[in-house]
This record gives sequence, structure tokens and C-alpha cells, in this order.
Amino acid sequence: MESRYAHAIGRTGPELLLEIERGHVRRFAEATLDENPVYRDEATARALGHPAIPAPPTFAIALRAPDPRAGLEVDFTKLLHGEQELLHDRPLYVGDRLVVQATIVEAYAKEGRAGAMDFMVIETVGKEPSGARVFRARSLTVIRR
Amino acid sequence: MTATPSGLELTVGQVLGPIERGPITTRHLVEYAGASLDWNRIHYDDPFARAGGHPSVIVHGMLSMAFLGQLAVQLAGQQASLRALRARFRAVAYPGDVITVRGEVQSSAPEGAELKLTATRSDGTVILEGSATLARTP
Repeated sequence: MESRYAHAIGRTGPELLLEIERGHVRRFAEATLDENPVYRDEATARALGHPAIPAPPTFAIALRAPDPRAGLEVDFTKLLHGEQELLHDRPLYVGDRLVVQATIVEAYAKEGRAGAMDFMVIETVGKEPSGARVFRARSLTVIRR
Repeated sequence: MTATPSGLELTVGQVLGPIERGPITTRHLVEYAGASLDWNRIHYDDPFARAGGHPSVIVHGMLSMAFLGQLAVQLAGQQASLRALRARFRAVAYPGDVITVRGEVQSSAPEGAELKLTATRSDGTVILEGSATLARTP
């Protein structure tokens, strides 16, 4: 079965330079019902051996790169998140400056029990401005036809 | 939140958790949308979600995955850091659901550990199956 997005493989969004902001980390911890004080207080973070306030475990997802699907026809009422991988080369900290960029790395289609579905894998890479990789986030989305 | 002062003394088969989060409300979903910048309307716009065949708005899979990460970080304590977190989204959760996360130690070595993690919604359906890799901090 032909993927409707085969032509989009390799499509990449522009790079974006982001800074991990203290208020954003706190808001993310609150929004994920995470009461750990390490995400709110620098003295607590340092007492636990961190060089700064660390980011919560899934915070990399909030370092959103420009969407490489921009301009593609995607029905978001029929889109579901299938799988997610977050791979860290080092922990993320408040004050980190990172360049993020997202790419469509896979697109395929399958006939499932609920009918035909398109699958798309988007990989976001976060790097130091010097180029050293800090994290990779691989996201598999499923779009029902 | 308790750290594990004894560090990564995890035994294979050891059961972790559970931790519970919720009941999740639509307000939580709006807060998570704002904090994560995931503004897909399926999470806060009921008519939009229904147009896709859902009975109501649905909980962000990534919100439940955050809870998976919280159990892993609790386990890691000061002695380890979370290197990888993976999840397969098996079913969706809805406002009103309490999300429960459980884990089990799959493997354990001086340099780190591998955890198997699952999240269930209120009716017991598994919504996420995942894993975490912890690496001991030098």
C-alpha cells in the first residue's frame, strides 16, 4: 500500500535556537502534575548534585522545532500518537541553549483492522550550538484514512 | 518525592510503584497543551474530537508518558540519570480517568538499569507500554 506521504520523506523544518527557560520548566512540571521540588528551586537542584535546575523527563518534547509537516495535508482529527522515544546524550538543564530541528524520516501505509492508515516518523534532534548532539526525539504518528 | 538513597540497588523482577495521577480534567489538558506547545485541538475542543470519532477530547499520550518518566526518575534518585524513555500508545484516556503507572526492573548492572513501565486508565485498560534506561551518574 502506497503512503500518501512518501514524497515527504526527508522533508525537514528550519533550525530553531531555543533556551531552556526556568519558568517554562516550572510550568511544564506543574502541567504534568510533577511535585518534585528539583524543578522549582535551584538550591534543591544543586544540593542534589545538579549544575542547575534539571528539566523534567519528557521536557524535550516541549522544545518544539518548526513542524516539517507544514504545508502537507494532514487531518488532525484522525491523527494519533503511536509511539515515542526520547533519547538523551546528557541531561537537560535550565539555561541550556539548543538548536532543534525536525525531519520526516519515515512514511509508510498499512491496512489495519480499522482500515487504511498512514504512518509517519518524525525525528527531532537537539544540539549544542557547537553541534554536539544532546537529545533525539522519535515520534510515530498514525493517521486514519 | 522520595529519592532512593541506596542508589541503583535494583533487583531484576522488582516491582516499582504504582504512582497515580488524576483524575485528569480538561483543564489539565489545556495546561499541558500550553506547557508542551502541543495545540492539537483533539485535546481540548470537544466537537473537533468527536469529528474524529472520539467520544470526547482525549488525554495527550505525552501527558501519560510524563507520568511514566516520573516513576523512572523517582527510581533513579541521585545515583542515575534517565537516558532513554520509550512508549507505545495502546489506547487513549479521557477526562475523568486516573492514570496509574507501574514498573518492573528488567535488567540491572553497576552502570545502569532497564525498567519496563506501563500506564493504565481507570477501567484497567493499558494505555501505554514503555521502558526506561537509567545510567549511573559518575
